[in-house]
Amino acid sequence: MDWRQLWDIVSAPDNVPIVALIPLLIFYIYLAGKQAKANDDLIGELEASPALAKTHHRKTWPFRPGWQKEVHVWPFLLRIEFLAAIIVTAILMVWSITLSAPLEEPSNPNLTMNPAKAPWYFLGLQEMLVYFDPWIAGVVMPTLIIIGLMVIPYIDTNPLGSGYYTWRQRKFAIGTFLFGFIILWVSMIIIGTFIRGPGWQWFWPGQTWDHNRLIYEVNRDLPDLFGITSNLGKAIFGAIVVGGFFIVGGLLVHALFRRYNPRDYKRMSFLQYNLMMIFLLTMVALPIKMLIRLLFHIKYVWITPWFNI
Amino acid sequence: MAEENQNAKNGKRVGLLERVKSGVREDIDSLRTDLPAKAKEQIEHLKDPTKTQVYTSIFRHKHDDTPRNRALGVLSNVFLHLHPAKINRDAVRYSYTWGMGGITFYLFIVLTFTGVLLMFYYHPTKVQAFRDVLYLEHDVPFGKLLRNMHRWAAHLMVISVWLHMFRVFLTGSYKKPREFNWNIGVLLLVFTLLLSFTGYLLPDDQLGFWAVTVGTNMARATPLLGHEGPFGAQLGMTPYNDVRFGLLGGSIVDANALLRSYIWHCIGIPIVASVLMIVHFWRVRKDGGISGPAPVMLQSEVKDPK
Repeated sequence: MDWRQLWDIVSAPDNVPIVALIPLLIFYIYLAGKQAKANDDLIGELEASPALAKTHHRKTWPFRPGWQKEVHVWPFLLRIEFLAAIIVTAILMVWSITLSAPLEEPSNPNLTMNPAKAPWYFLGLQEMLVYFDPWIAGVVMPTLIIIGLMVIPYIDTNPLGSGYYTWRQRKFAIGTFLFGFIILWVSMIIIGTFIRGPGWQWFWPGQTWDHNRLIYEVNRDLPDLFGITSNLGKAIFGAIVVGGFFIVGGLLVHALFRRYNPRDYKRMSFLQYNLMMIFLLTMVALPIKMLIRLLFHIKYVWITPWFNI
Repeated sequence: MAEENQNAKNGKRVGLLERVKSGVREDIDSLRTDLPAKAKEQIEHLKDPTKTQVYTSIFRHKHDDTPRNRALGVLSNVFLHLHPAKINRDAVRYSYTWGMGGITFYLFIVLTFTGVLLMFYYHPTKVQAFRDVLYLEHDVPFGKLLRNMHRWAAHLMVISVWLHMFRVFLTGSYKKPREFNWNIGVLLLVFTLLLSFTGYLLPDDQLGFWAVTVGTNMARATPLLGHEGPFGAQLGMTPYNDVRFGLLGGSIVDANALLRSYIWHCIGIPIVASVLMIVHFWRVRKDGGISGPAPVMLQSEVKDPK
């Protein structure tokens, strides 16, 4: 166990934000979960008794008839905002006094940094480069993430759960978002920050970075496993595999979605349903490609003269 | 001399000297009586500055603690009128809002402030950029604090934007009628990351240089528009005309890239992001204020799909 190496990584000034992000995320997930639980209990209670549902004020916070429903922004909101500004300023001051921003040697095109890491918030994308060509990891995937986020309000047809924390009423939406944000985006950033060392090789926390380490890995392409040698054959085979993933995966999602989310399924239009399928399957394709690389050492599944996937 | 004689008493002519003397005496008397009275009055006013003309010219309403004045204090202030006068009693609960949107905006202000100060000491040229950072670190009073604060506020802003998006998603706040504002928010998220990324190159050190080299190398592989991307070569893309060339102003990360990065970082993206922020805040109000905490809805109250 090389504690020095571990400390060097954790205490690198530019890694501090990601070190701070982890407890912050845990805290806020706990905070959201606590309120979702309370709301879900209330929803269960109200569904069980329609009489109570008619009279109840529908929130978990106390309210009695006669209490004012609204409060003045000044001072009840503005004092919170001013307090938040003061606290953030204090944190920034202490942080800026105690920890200096990194400054390396002057830029030198002839001396390559190893590892050359992107800023921490892009390390998820850089980690994706291990499994995909740059045009997917660096261009197509980020574009799809942005567009995917933007279509969310237009494909989520569930009218419930607007304006309050809940798990019970939005299991699919919240589950998918947690998978994309926490499991894929944040954990890949954590891998990129804490695990990847020289040569973008895998170093466990506490393992000494070895700049001369070589790993003999034979990555194969999926068509090779099936003995396909001609370029045309590889292109057709890959198209079938990728197309097959979307068709079989689509059928699987369809079977599950219409069973477990019948109301959302009925509400969604043709376009909404297809958009959801495309973005969901593309998102799921990322960990699947990672798995077949890690388990079977497969580099590409679809090889063409112009691009490889 | 008819007018002068009108001042005369009992036919006696009053001399010029007499008239001057009485005039001066009147002036001195008035100084002794009027000025202390005025000063007293002034001091009385100072005890209640809200009655002065300067005060009333600045603030358009009285300061007495009445509900009306509390509302006017928000509504008649250009910086605070983004808020409504009153909000739902539960909408101020931190456990619901997390305050991340407001913190993000505050950090943007901090970054603008520290950024402008940094610009006084920085030249976006290959010769001077790195030396300017060294100068900031070692010679400029509070220069190191300034640079650190700009750096850490930028990282903190990325975190607070993510957490803001996370909260908005978990509370379903993007649902009707807030779909459009969610989209503005996604764009603001992208611009926040781009702001941070363009700033990374500016110290012109190894860290920024290689991070930007790695980052922009991906642009080579842009489908159709990059010379190494799918169908790029077929469309006539070379290292000297593709999208990466456009980003860097050259085929390598050099002086032009530094200047472009600087202009995007200090002028281009902040302007675009500010416009989007204006729309974002405006739409929060127009879409009915913050989304909740709303009363919970039940399945039985929703119209069943056909």
